[in-house]
Amino acid sequence: MQKKVIFKGKLLPLALLAPQLAVTFIFFFWPAGQAIYQSLLREDAFGFSREFVGLENFHEVLTDPSWVNAALNSLVFSGFVAGLALGLALFLAVQADKSIRGATAYRSLLIWPYAVAPAVAAVLWLFLFQPNVGMLGRWLNAMGIAWDYRLNGGQAMTLVIIAAAWKQLAYNFIFFLAGLQSIPASVLEAAAIDGARPARRFWTIIFPLLSPTTFFLLVVNLTYAFFDTFGIIHSLTNGGPAKATETLIYKVYVDGVQNLNLGSSSAQSVILMILVIGLTAIQFRAVEKKVHY
Amino acid sequence: MSSTALPAAVPMQAERDDALLRATRRRRVMSKIVAHGALILGVLIVAFPIWMTLVGSTHDAATIGRGDVPLLPGSHAIENYATAWNEGGGKSRTTPAALMLWNSLLMALLIAVGKITISILSAYAVVFFRFPLRMAAFWAIFITLMLPVEVRIIPTFQVIVDLSLGNTWAGLIIPLIASATATLLFRQFFLTIPDEFVEAAKIDGAGPLRFLKDVVLPLSLTNIAAMFVILFIYGWNQYLWPLLIINDRSMETIVVGLSKMIGSGDSQNEWNTIMATAVLALLPPVLVVALMQRWFVRGLTETEK
Repeated sequence: MQKKVIFKGKLLPLALLAPQLAVTFIFFFWPAGQAIYQSLLREDAFGFSREFVGLENFHEVLTDPSWVNAALNSLVFSGFVAGLALGLALFLAVQADKSIRGATAYRSLLIWPYAVAPAVAAVLWLFLFQPNVGMLGRWLNAMGIAWDYRLNGGQAMTLVIIAAAWKQLAYNFIFFLAGLQSIPASVLEAAAIDGARPARRFWTIIFPLLSPTTFFLLVVNLTYAFFDTFGIIHSLTNGGPAKATETLIYKVYVDGVQNLNLGSSSAQSVILMILVIGLTAIQFRAVEKKVHY
Repeated sequence: MSSTALPAAVPMQAERDDALLRATRRRRVMSKIVAHGALILGVLIVAFPIWMTLVGSTHDAATIGRGDVPLLPGSHAIENYATAWNEGGGKSRTTPAALMLWNSLLMALLIAVGKITISILSAYAVVFFRFPLRMAAFWAIFITLMLPVEVRIIPTFQVIVDLSLGNTWAGLIIPLIASATATLLFRQFFLTIPDEFVEAAKIDGAGPLRFLKDVVLPLSLTNIAAMFVILFIYGWNQYLWPLLIINDRSMETIVVGLSKMIGSGDSQNEWNTIMATAVLALLPPVLVVALMQRWFVRGLTETEK
């Protein structure tokens, strides 16, 4: 798409673009190039010596049991976060879409957790599930369940999933509600006149018509769970206990910042970049579909 | 005979219709009750952690430390908030919340304003001019969508160190202000501005900068408001980048500072002042969403198109 009527000039547009392009090149392309370059090198922690090792770093990363562990954790974590946040949000959006009193009030009350930072969400849930202080943590212990997310890996994973899904619920709810409201009322009325009950109307009409939104949200949720939840994990569990909640992004941080293993950390970054590029490509195809249907 | 049978049949039919109508109405009422019940439960689940945080911020440390957090607020609110505000929360009392809030506000505003400014300028250049490498520039910006700060964290940090921008506001903000989404949104909107506007401006002798200031910016106000809400929250909630860049306690942002107060989640923590800090940390972005809800929903759904 292009405009027919435009202004003349070559220098002015370049000057207008300069700030954005400068930031993009210095802080995006240069570091991304560095990551690719370093992923092909082996360097000692102090930067005294470096040698070219080809794809060896990648081979090491992909066969490293602790990387495989982090990859599996990421899959479990993002699968549950996306499933939980999408399922609950869809259910609530369907309820809020009914013509009931106070629908806008419910909407306002459901969307604000979007504004809460992941790290702050972690603090809120920690205060509930802390085993000695937290109300729910103490209650679980009183019920005879030995609850301590600092010792039990499964419980730690459960807690970070709850905190991450809680925060994402609002986002999904907004999109599902917008999707539901764009379904023509006439289609649903026709089905109702034909005698289709609400449950049947949902599964045969609403859900298929919503599928572009659902697919788009699934990709967004996976991206969120993979990349934006560092704050939750860092505040709640530090990847522990015994790396039970160490995700891929957390491992990049640990290996690069704490262990100063630049070659390995860069190779992991490059793998993650490929992952983001894949997810973004899928997302754009989903958006195109959404526009066309 | 037929005259006696008919009057009997008509009430029966009416009765049946009536029963059907009543069943439908009952189903509708049931469906509404289910909706209200589910939504109230949803709101409670969403609000419960915040409520307990609010409650926790109004009791003394001993009550919480014993593990008897009540469901209702206590009487220590003022002193807890005063301590958090003036001295800092938690046992170590590192940075006062007042200073951290100021730092967060500065960071969020600079990121939001910076992103919007450079995005409008570059979108304007791409839409209203023809120049060599125009599409290359556009794609260069577009592709940054695929490089979130989390995946290029270590090399970006090295760039900051090489430029000796560690522990500076410039180092904290500038790497975060390039935004492909905002540029795309403004480009999309600028394309809808009718050609006649540009022609009229040219006839009136207005140059491109004048046109930007007097026509394009006023037309973009709702888009700018929508972007501002999204980007303010994005800036306020930054975590990994400030954690790496800022070592100076006086530049600590409240989200990172709060997380540092918890340490390993020890029960001996001063939970009351930590919870007061948590409330202070989440209040500004939540207020922005609550007060600018219309623009927020719009900004969110528009940017993802």
